[in-house]
Amino acid sequence: MKLFLSRRYRFSASHRLHSARLGEEENRRIYGKCNNPYGHGHNYVVEVAVSGPVDQATGMIANLADLDAFVESEIIEPFDHKYLNEEIKVFQENVPTTENICVEIFNRLRRFPRARLERVRVEETGLNSFEYAGESTGATHE
Amino acid sequence: MVYLTRKIEFSASHLYHNPAFSAEENRRVFGKCNNPHGHGHNYVLEVTVAGEPDPATGMVLDLKELKEILQREVTDRMDHRFLNYEVPELAGQIPTCENIATVIWRLLEPKITRGHLNRVRLYETPDLFVDCFGEGNGAHSRAGEAQ
Repeated sequence: MKLFLSRRYRFSASHRLHSARLGEEENRRIYGKCNNPYGHGHNYVVEVAVSGPVDQATGMIANLADLDAFVESEIIEPFDHKYLNEEIKVFQENVPTTENICVEIFNRLRRFPRARLERVRVEETGLNSFEYAGESTGATHE
Repeated sequence: MVYLTRKIEFSASHLYHNPAFSAEENRRVFGKCNNPHGHGHNYVLEVTVAGEPDPATGMVLDLKELKEILQREVTDRMDHRFLNYEVPELAGQIPTCENIATVIWRLLEPKITRGHLNRVRLYETPDLFVDCFGEGNGAHSRAGEAQ
């Protein structure tokens, strides 16, 4: 039997979908409203799943206080109420689509020392979401 | 393979306390959850069963049968109970979401005889949940993707 512990977090941020690899017209055609030069924002939800043995002394895979503090410092603090294109280094180069945001969050959280990161799911709105489980495990899309 | 999921809710109280820890250590490790009077949650349980639909009925298993199993094994045992004191399966364990989900998996698995238990997901709050899967069953994610 295998256990995943999942926790949901929230941040609000703005972004603009615009690729330096594409021309102005092509950016408008591909990204539509999301290419608005002033940007726009979302209330993002980040669902983080971790796994590991349950400590018999505490009944826990990981203490939520530790997980919350790690996500706060690695994700919420740098992302919340920010303009992602300018204020997150990786998005100065890469388009901050939710696909890329999901991968970036996964890469930051995989350093969590108390449990194994299994999966990150990001909801851009209540109607669309993206999941990433790293390249090696393929755990969500076998 | 088809994955069928049924959801139920139950409300229960619990507290986290390890008698092997000092009072100070219990407070440090468990925080608010160490309140000796306990506190409660509205738990939401999603149970996923995987199987091939029976050609005669079109069903993996009869939902009525699953509903009765969940009522007997989970609701009757845990709803409106103090989990530390009233659920023998949790005796001697800290009733965390991890441990409750594991107990529920072990109670349900032998009772699901048509199809097989694929996943137990227990929400303690909308922002905290545990998934329990069988070993070697890589198909769990398909049920997850359907959400």
